[in-house]
Amino acid sequence: MRTKLNTDKPNITNYVMGYGLSLALTLAAYSLIRIHLNSIHTIPSDSILYYLLAVLAIVQLLVQLVFFIHLNRETKPRLNIMVALFAGLVVVVIVFGSLWIMSNLNNHGMTPDQTNNFIIKDEGIHY
Amino acid sequence: MLLANLLGRLTLNDFPHNPITAGAGVGIVLGGLMVVGLLFYFKKWTWLWREWLTTVDPKKIGVMYLIVAILMLLRGVVDAGMLRLQQATSVGSSHGFIDANQFQQIFSAHGSIMIFFVAMGLMFAIINLILPLQIGSRDVAFPFMNATSFWLYCAGALLINMPLVIGEFSAAGWLAYPPLSETAYSPGVGVDYWIWSLQIAGIGSLLSGVNFLVTIFKLRAPGMTPMKMPLFVWSIIGAMVLVIFAFPILTITLALLALDRTLGMHFFTAGAGGNAMMYVNLIWAWGHPEVYILILPAFGIFSEIVSTFSSKRLFGYTSMVWAIIAITFLSFSVWLHHFFTMGAGPNVNAYFGVMTMIIAIPTGVKVFNWLFTMYRGRIRFSVPMMWFLGFVVTFTIGGVAGVLMAVPPADFQLHNSLFLVAHFHTMIIGGVVFGYFAGLTYWFPKVFGFKLNERLGKYAFWSWLVGFVLAFVPLYILGIMGATRRMDHYEASLGWQGLFIVAGVGVLIIMLGIGFLILQLLISIKDRKHHLETTGDPWGGRTLEWSTTSPAPFYNFAIIPQADQRDAYWASKHATKPSVKPHYQAFNMPKNTPFGMFIAGAALTFGFAAVWHILWLAIVALIGLIGLIIMRTTYDDSEYTVSVDDIERLEAQSKERFA
Repeated sequence: MRTKLNTDKPNITNYVMGYGLSLALTLAAYSLIRIHLNSIHTIPSDSILYYLLAVLAIVQLLVQLVFFIHLNRETKPRLNIMVALFAGLVVVVIVFGSLWIMSNLNNHGMTPDQTNNFIIKDEGIHY
Repeated sequence: MLLANLLGRLTLNDFPHNPITAGAGVGIVLGGLMVVGLLFYFKKWTWLWREWLTTVDPKKIGVMYLIVAILMLLRGVVDAGMLRLQQATSVGSSHGFIDANQFQQIFSAHGSIMIFFVAMGLMFAIINLILPLQIGSRDVAFPFMNATSFWLYCAGALLINMPLVIGEFSAAGWLAYPPLSETAYSPGVGVDYWIWSLQIAGIGSLLSGVNFLVTIFKLRAPGMTPMKMPLFVWSIIGAMVLVIFAFPILTITLALLALDRTLGMHFFTAGAGGNAMMYVNLIWAWGHPEVYILILPAFGIFSEIVSTFSSKRLFGYTSMVWAIIAITFLSFSVWLHHFFTMGAGPNVNAYFGVMTMIIAIPTGVKVFNWLFTMYRGRIRFSVPMMWFLGFVVTFTIGGVAGVLMAVPPADFQLHNSLFLVAHFHTMIIGGVVFGYFAGLTYWFPKVFGFKLNERLGKYAFWSWLVGFVLAFVPLYILGIMGATRRMDHYEASLGWQGLFIVAGVGVLIIMLGIGFLILQLLISIKDRKHHLETTGDPWGGRTLEWSTTSPAPFYNFAIIPQADQRDAYWASKHATKPSVKPHYQAFNMPKNTPFGMFIAGAALTFGFAAVWHILWLAIVALIGLIGLIIMRTTYDDSEYTVSVDDIERLEAQSKERFA
């Protein structure tokens, strides 16, 4: 027995809008990098550029969730939104966890070559 | 030049020359030819095609998962035997029967096969066989995708065994850390085989994860609200959520490593801004959830078994559910404990150490709940229950060893020693394997319609338990004495040989246990007439899967059952029900389709081409793969209707058979 999916079908304009917005956001990210590469002074520093790109990426993620996955037009129980929130939590844990771990590893001062030698020795595999 | 275009880097020299690999390769090819020959001889090709290869019935897909997983188990155990034999004999002036490179290939293959193709295979086998029945559904949410998942898993299994016939396997360990897995150290095809077999099987697992989660969310029997679901279903929710969020990390990590190796990129190399530690970080961000993906279903199986064989409802249902949810979330926040010693500072280590110890709390809650379920129950010491009792002891010991290693200073001592190896084998054999064997024994009559031989099952259990203790207690001791993992040779003066020999004997006894399991299966098939399961409920079960016939009809339930409380079937057995003529309704079932197998075949071809750098074949296979998917998605006619007449006829037939 198949449970009926949401009968209130989103129309084509919805998808086109989502596609257009995604495209615009991607082009915006691309042109930001182009501008930055062409003239250093438009965007003051690299790190501001990174934050801008991250914001554009997150906005695009939300656009796709709303226009393609239809998170906003779900009926109860709101399983999709639950899964999406859990996904957000996992992404936060993994992204910030990795950033924390990697910066901590960098602070303890092994060069990449030293790291490599360390891993090889640690793995107990010899060539 | 032409040959290089045609065959990539494949040459005649890539066929194995050493007797062990060549022998295994010849054996596999001959075995395959024999199966093909027998199929022709008995004219079974049509039957095989119609009933199995093209099936989308989860019960049959589960059986196929089971067959492949058992074959892979045999391969992995033979690998383990060779490792033990080498470590028991390669002392001082003697160097054993295999060289260092072969030894490394064998342990890499052992680990990869046991996790990806045995443990994952058994898990998906049991989920396919039981989950739809237990939630009172006729099917999974996406039957065709389910078949595709199985065939992708099968393609991965073929690819990881191909080095026995062509080429060599990875010698970089089961997780293939760079820089060892980069071309600088592993220029051959071994690591590529590892990458592509895991990549293909991993995508299959991801699809399965989505499929089963949606199945549980959308196809439960009416009345089965979340807090009325059987605990096995809850444990599958936990495991599938982990699959959905962890496997994409594996896919990306493997893809980045493949880009490094095939297109000369620098994600994980020392030069050009890459960092090998990023790989270690990412692979464990997948790897730690992975161990909970394997153990959570085992927890669920044991919850069902303990309550059935104690004839009591499960103690502390609500706390069990919250324990699963807590484990699901916490397993994403502990991954650094796999590399405490690899350069992180005290703050990071302390945080991840504490998080790791916290996981022991929900796990402990579960152990106590199982014990309290047994308390004052009417316990039957049948084979599944014996696996459970063995599990409680071994799993608790292994868990305590794990909490010990969660203390970073202790981990600095134990990291990469055999103590660690003993710990994770305690969890995976004593937890996962015992759990899946218990589940298979428990649900075997439901799947095949007859019971397994009890006596041989008990022999198998005792062989596994004794063999396990003999094989791994010496490794705990050796680890504390300073023996590291992955040693192909050590000095006689260390005095380790005696313990290694005991461990080798332990593996022999485990092999005896596997022998008993196979014997049990054969004897049970031979005597099946005497052990026929005609009631549908051989153990005094509590959940919905026991309310239908054994084996269940292809549509599982003629009438979708109502599940108004926990242990719905137990309640319905003890209620007086008015006998009314059942009122059937027509329903749709999915049609068989070979597309799952074709898609996996294209993926296998692509994997092979990517391993051997055969560009034209990779392009052809990729186009074929995408084409097949598009062809299938434009299919409208994928279901057929089972009419009321059909149901009445089939139900009458089955009533006659089980009368």
